[in-house]
Amino acid sequence: MSATVQHTGVTRRWPIVGEPPYEGSRIPARVPTVLDVPAGITPMDDILQVNFGPNHPSTHGVLRLIVDLDGELVVGLSAVIGYLHTGFEKNMEQKTWWKAITYPERIDYVGYQNNELTFVLAIEKLLELEVPEKATWMRMLLCELNRIHSHLVFLGTSALELGAISMFWYCFRERETILDLFELVAGQRMHTRYFQAGGIAEDIPSGFYPEARKLVEWMPHALDDYLQLLDKNQIWEERTQGVGLLSAEDAIALGQSGPVLRASGVDWDLRRDAPYLAYDQVDFRVPVYTAGDVYARYRVRMDEMAESTKIVRQCLDRLERMEGQPWIADDRKVVLPPREELHTSMESLIHHFKIVTEGYRVPAGEVYVAIESPRGESGCYVVSDGGPKPWRVHFRAPSFAALQATATCSQNALIADLIAIVGSLDAVMGDTDR
Amino acid sequence: MIEFSKIPGFVEKREALGETTVVVERASLRAACTHLRDELGFNVLVDVVATDYLNWSGKGVAGYIGTASGRDLNLPMTQGLQALPEPKPYRFSVSYHLLALRHGAPRLRLQTWLDDGEPVDSVVSVWPAADWFEREQYDLMGIRFDGHPNLERLLLEDDWEGHPLRKDYPIGGEPVRFSPAE
Repeated sequence: MSATVQHTGVTRRWPIVGEPPYEGSRIPARVPTVLDVPAGITPMDDILQVNFGPNHPSTHGVLRLIVDLDGELVVGLSAVIGYLHTGFEKNMEQKTWWKAITYPERIDYVGYQNNELTFVLAIEKLLELEVPEKATWMRMLLCELNRIHSHLVFLGTSALELGAISMFWYCFRERETILDLFELVAGQRMHTRYFQAGGIAEDIPSGFYPEARKLVEWMPHALDDYLQLLDKNQIWEERTQGVGLLSAEDAIALGQSGPVLRASGVDWDLRRDAPYLAYDQVDFRVPVYTAGDVYARYRVRMDEMAESTKIVRQCLDRLERMEGQPWIADDRKVVLPPREELHTSMESLIHHFKIVTEGYRVPAGEVYVAIESPRGESGCYVVSDGGPKPWRVHFRAPSFAALQATATCSQNALIADLIAIVGSLDAVMGDTDR
Repeated sequence: MIEFSKIPGFVEKREALGETTVVVERASLRAACTHLRDELGFNVLVDVVATDYLNWSGKGVAGYIGTASGRDLNLPMTQGLQALPEPKPYRFSVSYHLLALRHGAPRLRLQTWLDDGEPVDSVVSVWPAADWFEREQYDLMGIRFDGHPNLERLLLEDDWEGHPLRKDYPIGGEPVRFSPAE
């Protein structure tokens, strides 16, 4: 588990590596997320204010940027978000713990299983519930598949926005295979709601392993194809290299995480540095690039897909040897009884009824659980008062944090670069607005 | 071992479920944050979250069966609150989740308590990441952050009334925009 570090100069103190792309800080001085029009520019200078979004296809949803343009140069920028705010946190306070599990997936609708995992881990932490090994490994497998899926959506759409249309078809071909796998396991292509407090909802179907193996065998070839299509493309290189710069210090100050942080030369991955599930038992590499530009962010995600494929293969090796093992904890106060018992056991019927109607109690307390989602640190802060509904749920959304860097990345950018920059931050607006 | 008692305005330190919470005085919040960043190396502000504890440890209701107001959780034979939780000193808590980028990934929850209408010092000058985090909590919970350079609503419309995540803000019943009833 060693990190690749592409740098030539002196190694700075871990986790910051490599040479910074620029000296000093570029975070706007007055408001960190607003790029003010420089004082020297007057209304006489023909500044054009443009609404970029909220209904522009390249904003990945409904992001609105108010951009001040001097010719093609971006001189002022402020982001307006909230168009997709649906009050998830308030709604979850009204549902029992068991029913609230459906919500987190819909917050980040591209990295759904990772978000679901955050909430389920928070419940389990409060309950101090032991999860069977098989469930842990299956969760890890699905989260890594989900990471590949999310990066494929990123790659397909952001390449499409920069004119590489065929990338979209190739990426969505593999994405389709992954969605088929989710459907095979959980019956749903997206928003699977497969994770339960205590484990996973159903046993893994026997046909899953050979299908997943096929994907694992195919994925390295697919990644080669993408590299051939994009990486040797001069237009792609010119549109992405040296664009949207963010130094390690600025990224840390702006609370960045995940691929954005690793592309700025910060060797940090929660899967390795604060392991959850069974990430301390699998072998993988954390890709780090130091250029801090759009190209580096793209390369981090490309490398991560290869690493995730390796993790999926290791999970499959372990899971295939766990045939017949339990997939959910045997705690009747929290976990639904097996369906077939409902016909024969009065106690099971009562437990089932109680959990579904009133929900289970979760001991009073507050926890914060963080995992490495495809977009970075996805966190869940939960307060329980000891009752069957959460008192307060809050999600630390990695997209929300990433978009705070838009102004810093857009210093000296052209209007066309803005599309590349917003794409490279890989914000999902559902995650941003919640 | 991290020395927490030297944090300005230190009130108490709690350890629960493997997490450390440090409570500080509201007045010395910014000094405490600066100390944590510069002396103890907590260089990332991961999240800011406010919680409303109105009616905490009061009579809880749950479920969709029974009366319209739900089912009393303190009645026998329910799965509800059989033990009332510890009362809280003030109505609101504001928690700052901090992370230090170093080996072991130490985390800390810095917490301060306040009543309705009392402001908290903004920490945007300490961590620029606090900009949107504080605006979101202002928008949804109505916590005022003194010294924030741009404290406006973030997720809701500028003319929205009230702060929806407060416990006295009802769910449902909001006017539907552009409907005939409006």
